[in-house]
Amino acid sequence: MLLVLLAILAALVGIGVAEAALPQLGRLLRTTAALICAAGLVAVALDLVLALPAETLQLPFGPPGVGLTLALDGLSGFFLLVVFISSGAALFAARDEPLAGAPLIPVFVAGMVITLLAGDGFTLFLGFETMSAASWLLILSHGLPLAAAKAGRLYMTMAIAGALTLLGAMAVGFGVGGDFAAWRAAPPTGLRAAAFLFLVLAGAGSKAGLPPLHGWLPIAHPAAPAPVSAMMSGAMTKVALYVIVRLLFDLAGPNPPLWWGVPLLIMGSLGALLGAARANFETDIKAVLASSTIENIGVIAVALGLALTARAAHLPLLASLALGAALLHVLGHGINKTLMFLVAGAVDHQAGSRRLDRLGGLIHFMPVTAVCAIAGAASLAALPPMVGFASIWMVFQSLLTAPRLGSFVLQMLIPIVALLLAGGGALALSAMLRLIGVTFLGRPRAVRTAGAHETRLPISLLFVGLAAASAVFGLLPGLALRLASPALQILTGTDLSGRAGWFGVGTQATGGAYYGALPIAAILAAIVAAVWLLLRRHPALSRRARAWDCGYAAPPPFLPFGDTTTQYGAASLSEPLGRTLGVPLFDWQMATSIPEPGETRPARFGVVWYDPVLRFLHAPVLRARDWLADRAELIQRLTIRRTLAMMVAALVALLVIVAILEQS
Amino acid sequence: MIQLAGLLAWLLHAGLVALAAPALTGFTRKLRANLQGRRGPPLLQTWRDLIRLWRKETVLADNASPVSEVAPLVIFAASATAALLVPSFALGLSTAATSDLLLITGLFALCRAATALAAMDAGTWFGGIGISRESLLSFFAEPALLLVFFTLALVAGSTNLDHIADVLRTGALGLRVSLGLGLAAAISVGLTTLGRLPIGNPSTHLELAMLHESMTLEFSGRSLALIEAGAQLRFFTWLALLATIFIPFGIAPAGDILDWPRGLLTFGAKMLLLTCALCFFEACVARMRIFRVPELLGIALMLALLAVLFLFVSQGYT
Repeated sequence: MLLVLLAILAALVGIGVAEAALPQLGRLLRTTAALICAAGLVAVALDLVLALPAETLQLPFGPPGVGLTLALDGLSGFFLLVVFISSGAALFAARDEPLAGAPLIPVFVAGMVITLLAGDGFTLFLGFETMSAASWLLILSHGLPLAAAKAGRLYMTMAIAGALTLLGAMAVGFGVGGDFAAWRAAPPTGLRAAAFLFLVLAGAGSKAGLPPLHGWLPIAHPAAPAPVSAMMSGAMTKVALYVIVRLLFDLAGPNPPLWWGVPLLIMGSLGALLGAARANFETDIKAVLASSTIENIGVIAVALGLALTARAAHLPLLASLALGAALLHVLGHGINKTLMFLVAGAVDHQAGSRRLDRLGGLIHFMPVTAVCAIAGAASLAALPPMVGFASIWMVFQSLLTAPRLGSFVLQMLIPIVALLLAGGGALALSAMLRLIGVTFLGRPRAVRTAGAHETRLPISLLFVGLAAASAVFGLLPGLALRLASPALQILTGTDLSGRAGWFGVGTQATGGAYYGALPIAAILAAIVAAVWLLLRRHPALSRRARAWDCGYAAPPPFLPFGDTTTQYGAASLSEPLGRTLGVPLFDWQMATSIPEPGETRPARFGVVWYDPVLRFLHAPVLRARDWLADRAELIQRLTIRRTLAMMVAALVALLVIVAILEQS
Repeated sequence: MIQLAGLLAWLLHAGLVALAAPALTGFTRKLRANLQGRRGPPLLQTWRDLIRLWRKETVLADNASPVSEVAPLVIFAASATAALLVPSFALGLSTAATSDLLLITGLFALCRAATALAAMDAGTWFGGIGISRESLLSFFAEPALLLVFFTLALVAGSTNLDHIADVLRTGALGLRVSLGLGLAAAISVGLTTLGRLPIGNPSTHLELAMLHESMTLEFSGRSLALIEAGAQLRFFTWLALLATIFIPFGIAPAGDILDWPRGLLTFGAKMLLLTCALCFFEACVARMRIFRVPELLGIALMLALLAVLFLFVSQGYT
C-alpha cells in the first residue's frame, strides 16, 4: 500500500511540474489530480478497513547519513483519509478557476502527504515545510498584491517561527538522525521531555491554530484562493494536529507524565471559546470560517489532552473514547470546512463579494449551494443528526466521565474546560446562524447579489456529495470510528468495538450513556414525514403577500430589495454579544460619528474591534523578523575584504564545532 | 414482555404528551391571569387556537424561501422528539436507552437554529432583534446547563436520563446541596430558554419584551400552528425534565402495569406543583432589562459551578 501512495505522491509532483510547463492543460491536469486524490482515498480506506499491518520503506535517496524513510500505519492512514477528501474536493472545485499559482496546489497536497507518510524527523520536516512554502506562495499569488503581501508576511513569519520551534522540539526530544522506530525506543525524559512538549505545542500548534498562536488564521487563511483556503483549514490544520499526535502520543513513549494533557486541555478550551467568539464578529465569510476552525481545533485539542491524560492514568477505555472523539471530529471538520470554504468561493464568484454586508438572499439564486451550506453549518454548529454533533457528544461524554482523573487541580480543571467548551459551542451556533442567515436568507444587501446564479452541475454535485458525507457519518458514526480503529489500537491499545455500532455510540459496552444517531434520526424523520403527509392530505389555502414587517409601509419602487438598512446585518446581529463579550475579549466599541447641524457629511455608525493576540503576540514576532532582516541586509553591503574575512570565520567556527562534536 | 410493556408505556407517554402539552400551556395562562385578578382564557383555548390556525390560510412573505416552509416542520419534529425522550410517569420506556441529556440539549439547539433561520428568511428586522438577543443569552445559558448535567453525571455516573431518574429515585442520597444548587441553575436556564418572566414575556407582542415571539411574527396559519405546538411541547418537556430529575418520587417502572395509575397521578401532581410555582413566581416579578439577564445567568453559572465543587468536596477527591 505504501508503494501505491508513493506512486500517488510522485504523480502529484509530476502534475505540478506539468502544470508549470503546460498551463493551457490546467483544467485536465487538475481533474487528474482530483482523481488521483480519489484513488488515494480508496487505497487508504481499504488499508484501514482491512487493518493491514504497518509498513516502512527506506528510500534510496535523501541527505547523507539521514536518508528518507516513509511509514504508513493506522494513524497516518486516518489523517491521509481527511487530506485526500479535502484536497480531492478542492482540486476538483479549482478545475475551472484561472489560478496564478495553480502548479503549486498539487505540490501543496504532496507536502501534506509527505508529512503524514514521514518515517523519520527529516522527512517530517521536509513535508511540513513543503506544505508551508507552497501555501505561502499560493497566498502571495492571489488577490490584491498589497493585501496578499500583508497576509503572506504574517503567515510566513508564523510559519518560520513554527518550523524553527518544531525543529528545536525534535532536536531536544530525540537528537539528530535516526528514524521513528529508533526515536520510539528512546523517548525523552525529565526536563527534556517538558521542553519537548512545549516546543511541539508551540511549533505544530501555531500551524494548527492553537492559542495563543492562533491570531493569524483568520487573516492568512482567507487570503488564499477558495480551494486553497479549503485545504488550509480543512486539511493543513489536521496535518499539524497529526504532528502533535505523532510526536506526543506515539514517539514520546507510552507513559508520559499525567500532566502532559493539561496544556492541551487549557489551550484547546481557550481556543474553542476565543475562536467561536471571534467568528461572531468577523464580517468576511472566509474569516468567519477560519475563526470557526480555531474553535474546532480547540475542541479536538481538548479531546486529545483528555486522551493523553487518561492513557497516562491507565484508563484505556476513556483514552480510546476521547481519542475516537478527536478523530471523528477531525474527519467531520475536514469534510465540513472544505465544503464551507468552497461554498464561500462560489458565493464570492457569483455574488462578487465575500463581505457579509454585501450579500443576502442568495438562497433564491443558488438554492443547491444554500442547502448544502446549511447542512455544513449545521454540522459545524454541532446540531443533531450531523457528524459534528456525534463527535461533540463524544467529547462531552469523555469530559463527563473523566472527573475521577488525577489530582484535585486536574479534577477541577475538567468542569471548567467543559464550561468553556459549552460556551464555545453556543457561540459557534450563533456564528453559523449569522453566517447562513446574512449570506443566504433575507433580502440582498447589494444589487450585484441579484446577478448570482447556481454553480455549475459538477460543482453542485460536489457540494451535495460533501454535505451527504457529513450526514452519513453523522447517522453512522460507527462507520467513521471503524476507520479510526487501527489508530486507536496503536495509541491506546483498545478501540471502540462494542461501544460504537451501526446505530450509535455509547460510553460503555453495556449501560452508560448512549447516543443512538440512527434511531433519533428515524424518529425525527418519521415525525416530519407524518406532518408533511397530513399537510399534503388536507391542503389549506396558501398565498404570498408582502412581508408583514410589523405593518411598516411598502418600500418605494426604486428600492427593489426594500430599504437595505432596516435588515439586520453582520454587525447588528452580534451587537448584544459585542456589548457583553466583545468588550473584554476584543475591545469591541461602537464607532459613531454624528455630523454637527449644518454639516453635509453623512452620519456613520459602525463597530471597531481587534484581537489582542495579534497586537501583543504576533506583532513582536513580526518586529523581530524585521529586525533580523535588517541585520541580514548588512551582509550584502560588506566590502570584499570583510566578506572574505567572514567566510573564513564561518569556516573556522564550523571546524571548531566539528572538533568539539568529534571529541564528545 | 418487559419490552412490550415498555412500548405500551411509551405509546401512553406519547399520547399524554400530545394531549397534555397544549393543555398545560392553557392552564398556565389561566392560572396566571387569575393570580393577576383577570378571568383569563378558558382552559381549552390553546387547543382551539391550534385547530383554528390549522384551518386558516397560510400567508408567506413574497421573498420567503423554502426555509420558511421547512423550518416549522423541523421545529415541531425536534420539540416532539425531545418530548418523547423525557420520561413522564414511567421509567424504562422503549426510548430509555437513547434518552440522553446532551441529545435533548442538541434537539433544543436544533429548534433554536430552525427558529432563527426562519426568522431571518423574510428579511424583516424584528427577527434580527430576537436572534441577536438569543445568541447573547444562550452563551450564558448553555454552559450553566452543561454544568448542571455535569453534577448529575457525577451523582448518577451517566447522562442517561432514565438512569439518572432511577438513581435519584432509589439511591439513599438524602438532601444534596449540589442538587439544590443545580435546581436553581436549571430553573434559571429553563426560564431563559422558554422565554418566561423575568427574562421574556410570553404574553405580549411589545418589542421591548419579546425574545422568542419576535422570531415568529412573519408566520401564520399552519406554520404558526406547528411553531406554537413546538413551543408548548418544549414547555412541557422542560417541566417534565425538572420533575423527573429533581422530584423523582413516584415514577412507576414501565414493566409494572398495575403501578401506572399511581405514576400518572404523581406525575400530574408534580406538574401541577411546578406550574403553580411558576405562575406564582411570574405573578410576582417584573421583566428584567435584557442586559441585566446575563447577570442572572452568570449567577446561575456560578451556582452550577458551586454544585460541581460541592460534589467534589463532599465525595472526596481521589
